[in-house]
Amino acid sequence: MKLTGGQIVCESLLREGVDVVFGIPGGAILPLYQTMSSYPQIRHILTRHEEGASMAADGYARATGKVGVCMATSGPGATNLVTGIATAQMDSVPMVIITGQVAREGIGKDAFQEVDMTGITLPVTKHNYLVMRAEDIATAIKEAFYIANTGRPGPVLVDIPKDVFTEEAEFVYPETVDLPGYKPVLDGHPTQIRKAAQLINEAKKPLILAGHGVIISRAYDELVELAEKAQIPVITTLLGRSAFPDAHVLFVGMPGMHGLAYASLAIDEADLVIALGMRFDDRITGKVSGFAQNAKVIHVDIDPAEIDKNVHADVPIVGDLARVLRQLNPSVEPTTHPEWLRRIEELKSEHPSLHIRQTEKLLPQQVVRDLCDVTDGRALIVTGVGQHQMWAAQHYACKEANSFITSGGLGSMGYEVPAAMGAQVGQPDRVVWSIAGDGGFQMTMSELATIAENNLPVKFAIFNNGFLGMVRQWQEIFYNKDYFSTHYTGNPDFVKLAEAFGIRGIRVTERSQSVDAIREAMAHPGPVVVDFVVEEEENVYPMIPAGQTTAELMEEPLVEEARS
Amino acid sequence: MQDKPGVLNRVASMFRRRGFNISSLAVGHSETLGFSRMTFVVDGDDAIVDQVTKQLYKLIDVVKVSDISKEDVVIRELALIKVRTTPTTRPEVLQMVDIFRSNIVDVSPDSVIIEVTGDEDKVDSLLRILRPFGIREVMRTGRVGLMRGMSKSLALDNGQS
Ligand SMILES: Cc1ncc(C[n+]2csc(CCOP(=O)(O)OP(=O)(O)O)c2C)c(N)n1
Ligand SMILES: [Mg+2]
Repeated sequence: MKLTGGQIVCESLLREGVDVVFGIPGGAILPLYQTMSSYPQIRHILTRHEEGASMAADGYARATGKVGVCMATSGPGATNLVTGIATAQMDSVPMVIITGQVAREGIGKDAFQEVDMTGITLPVTKHNYLVMRAEDIATAIKEAFYIANTGRPGPVLVDIPKDVFTEEAEFVYPETVDLPGYKPVLDGHPTQIRKAAQLINEAKKPLILAGHGVIISRAYDELVELAEKAQIPVITTLLGRSAFPDAHVLFVGMPGMHGLAYASLAIDEADLVIALGMRFDDRITGKVSGFAQNAKVIHVDIDPAEIDKNVHADVPIVGDLARVLRQLNPSVEPTTHPEWLRRIEELKSEHPSLHIRQTEKLLPQQVVRDLCDVTDGRALIVTGVGQHQMWAAQHYACKEANSFITSGGLGSMGYEVPAAMGAQVGQPDRVVWSIAGDGGFQMTMSELATIAENNLPVKFAIFNNGFLGMVRQWQEIFYNKDYFSTHYTGNPDFVKLAEAFGIRGIRVTERSQSVDAIREAMAHPGPVVVDFVVEEEENVYPMIPAGQTTAELMEEPLVEEARS
Repeated sequence: MQDKPGVLNRVASMFRRRGFNISSLAVGHSETLGFSRMTFVVDGDDAIVDQVTKQLYKLIDVVKVSDISKEDVVIRELALIKVRTTPTTRPEVLQMVDIFRSNIVDVSPDSVIIEVTGDEDKVDSLLRILRPFGIREVMRTGRVGLMRGMSKSLALDNGQS
């Protein structure tokens, strides 16, 4: 049966189980849109900006584990997607992006709204395609989904010229892919598994450092089994938040630049670091030569290129984490490390990193704590980037797996609005709270219109400190409080703004109003924006300045005072 | 690697983005239809070579990567050199061409084009010797290499070893 290129795209998406896409039409992609209009099985969510579409697809993908799909027209539509694509690439998020391209004869001629999209996205996609014939579309889409969602996941872009959407071709959806250069390794090498087990069995002070890979591979049970079997304390990266239950006795916390002091110090003292599905980002390691100096390192990752990239692995294991742990756990001897566990408790009490000082003021940390209490730690949290992100990571104790969605690798401000929207689309029954910065929120707040239009009950907690807070903190500490270009003096009235979008708005200025406001937001069936007017010049502690070690660790002034 | 549009760009872009220093790069069809073979020279220690290899494998179109620097290999480079000649210098130039077992592939009244094949050193020394005569243009292909004897065919290898 002959179909048009546009029909082939739609049929292929259906074969891949796609039921929602985010996007904005335009000239070059219009033939596809006009075809999609007769495919009601594919819900199209019309965002207000293409960055909203790519970040919504990202949030959707992280919340569901499925491939997120977004679309845009050629030129400016396509370039607007790029920050969301790069965000997904850095955090290994499966995404397929379909962009319209100018008609074939216009390519290379600077035609109206032409940009070299495969060129632009080369370094920020896992792979990309420019499909020049309708008969090649099905294979390209089949491969795109396969590549996006296997191995180390990532975004794959498929660029299709306008006239290819209308060209006809025989439609046969391929059953398999033929990619001789792409064969992800899933099982760990038995020799390495044996060596890893031996290191674990001999370790006196082992520490598990769990990352996003645990969530991507859904290795939650296997991780708990390993930790419990040998009584190994667990720390997680930022993207590993909610990979291990916060309430578990073996849970220690997140280390790193704004991690908990005791988690960072535990790495210093450990004799074995078992790194699971993480990539030793500089926000975790600080100065690499000073990182985990007393430890041997077992590094499990599905991406061979991560092995020895930043930190040398004594035992590298390439494979899918859940499978590797299933191979490894039986060889791990049941044991415990009472002294080591006691030492960690000692570090925790010497360095009370989660302590919040008592004050009448509305402290952002306290707002996160209130959110956690009222939602019983069961909300799906989506954050922006900055101070509020770090406070969320520190103080929101997740009870459920895969409940903390944040732009870690790229650190994309503005993520908090569209990603929360996409997460809510993917998880309609979960309570989604966006922990937003007043800065980031203003980058993508036009998506409030999309949220209202689709009646998505996302709850926003804007941490309104009137500043690009994280940058202000650096200015305070490293630039002598020269708050150049970080102070907002003309922020909008976020309550009125929400109301203009037809969304409930609530303002909180006092500590005493916080819990009630959160309850009110939860009780409201639709979307809500809560404007928390928080303490302006609050700093995130602990802090290890970039490229330093725990020797440079700064703690909350009161904590430091109490100790000295 | 698979013979797909843009594949050279993917490789070059990766080298640039990750700051790997490539001093030479040559690419052409291989013995297997649909696959090309690329030879490049990267400056760096074992750790860098290890990263380059792994990063290349991450490219979907790349099928097999071998570090041939420690293997028993044949490495060749071809260069075309246009040298100025006068009736008096021509015999001398021709003598050099002979000594280096290279060829004259074009002759004009005031210059000749020399084709030389060999390892990098050979090409470099011929260039050094010809310099006093006046080199007008040089085009070098960059090094290409193959392992001697029985090396594995890329089509039979899944490249993830
Ligand atoms: C798109 C983008 N631009 C700039 C930055 C640099 N940056 C990092 S944190 C930050 C401040 C964020 O301000 P806000 O969203 O209000 O959060 P806060 O730190 O105040 O909680 C900035 C500007 C960034 N991460 N992303
Ligand atoms: Mg702010």
